[in-house]
Amino acid sequence: MSDDTLVEIRDLEFAYGPRSILKGIDMHMRRGQVVAMMGGSGCGKTTLLKLISGSLEPTAGSVQVNGEAVHEMDTDTLARHRRKLGVLFQFGALFTDLSVFDNVAFPLREHTDLPEELIRDLVLLKLQSVGLRGAHTLMPHQCSGGMARRVALARAIALDPALVLFDEPFTGLDPISLAVTGNLIRRLTDTLGLTSIIVTHDVAESLKIVDYVYFISEGRIAAHGTPNEVRNTTDAFVHQFIFGEEDGPMPFHYPSRSIEEDFGIGARHVGGKARHV
Amino acid sequence: MFDALLAGLRHIGRSVIDGSWRLGYATRFLWLVLIRSGLSFSRFGLVIRKVYFSGVLSLIIILVSGLFVGMVLGLQGYETLVRYGSAEALGTLVALSLVRELGPVVSALLFASRAGSAITAEIGLMKATEQLSAMEVMAVDPLARVVGPHFWGAAISLPLLAAMFSAVGVFGGYLIGVVLIGVDAGAFWSQMQAAVDFRHDILNGVIKSVVFGFAVAAIATFEGYDAPPTAEGVSGATTRTVVTSALAILALDFVLTSFMFTGQ
Repeated sequence: MSDDTLVEIRDLEFAYGPRSILKGIDMHMRRGQVVAMMGGSGCGKTTLLKLISGSLEPTAGSVQVNGEAVHEMDTDTLARHRRKLGVLFQFGALFTDLSVFDNVAFPLREHTDLPEELIRDLVLLKLQSVGLRGAHTLMPHQCSGGMARRVALARAIALDPALVLFDEPFTGLDPISLAVTGNLIRRLTDTLGLTSIIVTHDVAESLKIVDYVYFISEGRIAAHGTPNEVRNTTDAFVHQFIFGEEDGPMPFHYPSRSIEEDFGIGARHVGGKARHV
Repeated sequence: MFDALLAGLRHIGRSVIDGSWRLGYATRFLWLVLIRSGLSFSRFGLVIRKVYFSGVLSLIIILVSGLFVGMVLGLQGYETLVRYGSAEALGTLVALSLVRELGPVVSALLFASRAGSAITAEIGLMKATEQLSAMEVMAVDPLARVVGPHFWGAAISLPLLAAMFSAVGVFGGYLIGVVLIGVDAGAFWSQMQAAVDFRHDILNGVIKSVVFGFAVAAIATFEGYDAPPTAEGVSGATTRTVVTSALAILALDFVLTSFMFTGQ
């Protein structure tokens, strides 16, 4: 693994019991990049994030972060790994019994012995960077979806992590909040020297801000490249995904028996015997 | 016919295996909560906050119920005792009924409905909204940070609430027996004082409420932590907390009573 690479995934396989989710995934993400993982719902994107954060263990292969295999980490090493990791959940996952201020202060209070005055300054700085310093007294239920996502982002970067994982950061946002969130991810990655991994299916917004894209389909990497490369690709799956075509390599219909069988066209069962009609 | 029998047997077998698996999982969960309790107690403010959540917020229902149960005991007790010319023993009857049985059992049942369900709902919703996962990826142990304080908050609150239930109940019995009906106050209190033994009656009652407190705390926190992360899952878990707690309280009460009071 070169010094430039922060996350390296090799021959990764993952299955929930007999159900295979990821097959033979190879990826590497360089420091300072914003990398998107795209694909249809249920293709295994979020599972990949959980494997990177150490919430799941691979069935085969490895996920290495900063040269260390995540699934081989003992409890203390995993805790250290997670302190250098920020995760933004799909709907923010703010602690509903804590104010915006206390949510952002949470990781600082849990993992540092900083005096309360310093924590106050750090929290307000983090909130300033997402434009919500003035909202620090609000409770999570008083925040809109976009605001909650930004508070969660401030919380995710509270401990100045090296790597931030974003799980569907654009879901359910209005166009303004969506653009704000996208720009924030790009700006914070650049100014704080982070590496960001975004799991999303928002093609338009993602291609504006990312450095590299992986397309995942049925647990495999279907295509990858820079935004320009994927825009000009001739790959049928990527083309279908980017242009939102109804049918293609990702079929519109869920796998099923044939129409003839389901509707009895051609043969109808009467009294236990097939009768042609 | 043979197929139906086989399907029935398979269903029973599956239920037994699932039940055993769940019991093992619950035991392991409880063990982890207990061994990580040091972290919860090192920040005692978290436990105190949960004592407020479980205990203080349950005070109204406990005190009002205790008062009414005591008043009913006063009425019913007088009605029976007066037939045998022992109306002065009303204080003894009210106090023993409350400290031995009704105080611990009824307050535990009320506590399971009021606080146990709230604990399950809170933990279950935290799980459904990924708050527990968020904590985990921040390298903060949700068992120590969320479940432990809830567990100890409930386990500490119930014995205190049961004591208050009994005290208010005795006062209710006094109101009806002495103030309303006119039983002699001196006889009411002195007979109670003479008949109620601290170790045999009060301490055994306290032991019962401690055991019930642990049972309700374990069931409520486990059901919340194990709840499927959906609206239906959390509502089902809340119902299971109340039903399982009620059955556990009554079964434990029988076992404890048979050890504590039989043959004396």
